[in-house]
Amino acid sequence: MSAPSRRDFLKTSGMLVVGIGAASVTGADGPTFAAVQGTGAAQSAGPYPDVDFRQLDSWIVVRADNTATFYVGKTDLGQGTGTAFRQIMADELDIAYDKTSCVMGSTDITVDQGGSGGSDALQTDGWPMRRVAAEARRVLLEMASSRLGVPVAGLVVAEGVVSGAADPSKRVTYGELIGGKRFNITLTGRNVDATTGVAPIKTVQQLKNVGQSPQRYDIPPKVDGTAKWAVDVKLPGMLHARNVKPPLAGATLVGIDESSVRGIPGFVKVVSKGNYVAVVCEREEQAIRAARQLKVDWRKPATAPFPASDGLFTYMRGATPTSSATPVVVGDPDAARAAAARVVEADYDVPFQGHTALGPAHATADPTNDQLTIYSNDMKSYGLRNGVARFLNMPRDRVRVVWMEGPQAYGRTAADDAGFEAAFLAKELGRPVRVQWMRQEETAWDTKGPAYAVKMRGALDAQGNLVAIEYDACAADHNHLGYNEFDTVLIAQLTGQRKAEPARGRASYPSDMYAVPNRRMAGRVVPLPLVWETPLRTGNLRDPDGPQVTFASESFIDELAAAAKADPVEFRLRLLTASTEDDSGFRRARSIACIKAAAEKFGWDARPSPRARGAGDILTGRGIAYAYRSQTVVAEIAEVEVNRKTGHVWVKRLVSAHDCGLVVNPEGLRRTLECGMLHSLSRALHEEVRFDTERVTSVDWISHPTLTHADAPASIDIVIVNGDPNPNRPDLPHYGAGETVCKPMLAAVANAIFDATGVRLRRVPFRDARVLAALKAAGV
Amino acid sequence: MSTIKLTVNGEARTVEVEPSTPLLYVLRNDLDLRGPRFGCGLGQCGACTVLIKGEAVRSCVRAVSTVQGAEITTLEGLARDGVLHPLQQAWIDEQVPQCGFCQNGQILTAKALLDRNPTPTDAEIREGMSRTLCRCMTYYRIQAAIKRAATALQSTRSGNEEVRR
Repeated sequence: MSAPSRRDFLKTSGMLVVGIGAASVTGADGPTFAAVQGTGAAQSAGPYPDVDFRQLDSWIVVRADNTATFYVGKTDLGQGTGTAFRQIMADELDIAYDKTSCVMGSTDITVDQGGSGGSDALQTDGWPMRRVAAEARRVLLEMASSRLGVPVAGLVVAEGVVSGAADPSKRVTYGELIGGKRFNITLTGRNVDATTGVAPIKTVQQLKNVGQSPQRYDIPPKVDGTAKWAVDVKLPGMLHARNVKPPLAGATLVGIDESSVRGIPGFVKVVSKGNYVAVVCEREEQAIRAARQLKVDWRKPATAPFPASDGLFTYMRGATPTSSATPVVVGDPDAARAAAARVVEADYDVPFQGHTALGPAHATADPTNDQLTIYSNDMKSYGLRNGVARFLNMPRDRVRVVWMEGPQAYGRTAADDAGFEAAFLAKELGRPVRVQWMRQEETAWDTKGPAYAVKMRGALDAQGNLVAIEYDACAADHNHLGYNEFDTVLIAQLTGQRKAEPARGRASYPSDMYAVPNRRMAGRVVPLPLVWETPLRTGNLRDPDGPQVTFASESFIDELAAAAKADPVEFRLRLLTASTEDDSGFRRARSIACIKAAAEKFGWDARPSPRARGAGDILTGRGIAYAYRSQTVVAEIAEVEVNRKTGHVWVKRLVSAHDCGLVVNPEGLRRTLECGMLHSLSRALHEEVRFDTERVTSVDWISHPTLTHADAPASIDIVIVNGDPNPNRPDLPHYGAGETVCKPMLAAVANAIFDATGVRLRRVPFRDARVLAALKAAGV
Repeated sequence: MSTIKLTVNGEARTVEVEPSTPLLYVLRNDLDLRGPRFGCGLGQCGACTVLIKGEAVRSCVRAVSTVQGAEITTLEGLARDGVLHPLQQAWIDEQVPQCGFCQNGQILTAKALLDRNPTPTDAEIREGMSRTLCRCMTYYRIQAAIKRAATALQSTRSGNEEVRR
């Protein structure tokens, strides 16, 4: 079977994961969220071959009751992409939005679109979704033409009902045409992103649902308690496992005293291989107790795995690089600097920051029928499936991943440790196994955004024009993890099945459109002493390097503006308008539009920073920063209150102007942007992975604080910008959203603190003690 | 193992577990109530929150033996006669959740807050909610939803008072 047949759909759509309850299957809203999420989760023996993206039936099922289900190879991390997919596909198919549903990310019933990542859901994957829905409409119109005896050109479609333009009494529904049958239409395209039929897609002006804001279908079950999550999976005979991690980074397992846990009720087994250790029990609380109680001897590594976090940046600056990028040089920065009226230099540091998902890593694997089904919230479920098959040396078509809701993790599940562990343990035990990490384990051992130490240098002429800028980044990103690779996930490292060569990692460059005649951008990657089996594993944390890089580049632009005694908005606009060179996405025009829109919404009064300092305890100021990611542009302004007595920073107001082209669901976009900004604000104010020379010491919400309700701004304004020179163009693309908004916040807050206090913070995060020390040092 | 008697969402339930078992695992694994979720096991994040005698309690650090006889309410028990609690409705109207994993704790903590203080100020909402964490950072919308629900609850109350008059 290459595509989900209707028969299979009907067979499975009413069946939820065994043991996690029941839900109605269809209602006025089409199949309910809960039912759809459980689709495909019923126990079937397999095999599970790849779903053929070149078959229309793989993407769309239309039922006799004139409802449609879209099958897409993406996952929704809580940003409403499923709702957006329904909107764009309903538009192209010409069916009412509320008669549609969406199934996502389960490897045996949806095409492999790679799951989620890179903010590409609409930017990349939206296009084949639109084309296949348009193709289904074309096929249905041809069927209607035969049925009604009216040429296609003489037919009109509205909400899944085809009728004669001249004789509306001639009518037939999509359900009457196809319900109970397959399309049997072969699509073309060299890969899934290029999938297409022969039908053209609609113009922007023809889209009806796009631009509307239907409420997200996944929200009601998330607030009434009926949503089914990957953590909720409960299977007959299921066991519970907990890991026992090395207490010191780089420690080697010497021995296990199993008698220390044998007396625990429900104890089943200690599983160990290499330095990987897990305990398995009948009940969850038993496994937790056993993992705490198990006596394990570990040998401390001969050398320290890493420097203490207090000395990290000194270490990084002095470390021998493992790789260096070829510098990008424009003009002659050295000559320009030598001739400049003023040279400004500054160093910026961003520490390791964790994903620290609210729910630790988890998965359940079922080895029944000599296959493996993994119930997982992995954003890249297809990669997990491929990785597990290789890790366990199983045929790919004997492994499937059923994607379910999970805690937002901003890239954490791109290396889905728990999924591999559950699969490994289920195979060892021959029974379904549920694995969940503990909080301390997750915060210490999850994947980390790489630390950056950046040196910036700029040269101003006598008129305050920026004539040269130099960016030199050092990133602690050696051995950056891949996507669910069978030889780089943590269990592969701990069991000694790791790859020979670590990944190079990267030191990224800033994204801006500033026209500076002389420019140098350089980057190098440095390693920590312990390369493998380390809790300081770098992975993709929501725009993997953007917040770090933009903190340096956009703080520095502000420093240059201050040195030139120029208004920070005006200084940026001058740099943007100094060139008319653009690219195919009109990024320059859209950058200018976003900065202007943000300044206007904020009510920005043009003046240099810092402002004249007030006399009271609370100092206020504002700062701007801007960046783009791929084709999406954002400018952000933060207004801060800094308490000079305590060092506490409250970001009172945020304004963001964001251009991601065609917006599918404006209200959904607003919330995604609000939350993305606040995540980055958390990174600006609170987040830092701390460690001594033996282990990570940031292990819970006390030792690794996060943004709280108390930090939330009093107001957030989002301006949705369409800065395209031809805003009404019929082919306006839908660019990505989600990650771009994370990039400028660190710099915007630092710039606002400078505006308020005259003190420049070049080290993240801006916790009270650090800010207070900086204020005191400056005599504020 | 001991026999533990609980009252959950108005129903009498009996389970056979170790008395020291945290209430969270009994609710989730024995009673199939999946509203409360494991976030930290340390009482720090609030994802496991339930209401006990009207107070927001972190079920991950509360031994099941200590809550026998008390009325326990989980997210599943908040709706009445198929009608969502005004807080749940406000959560939908404001489109609060992103991933939604923490929202059980947010809603139930807000419930206890509004029961205690039906007309909280912005500062009281910030303070009252500050120990309930969200890593999607939906705080701004949660606070808006609490205010919306407070208004809805106030108008329901004044409506009831008019009826009584």
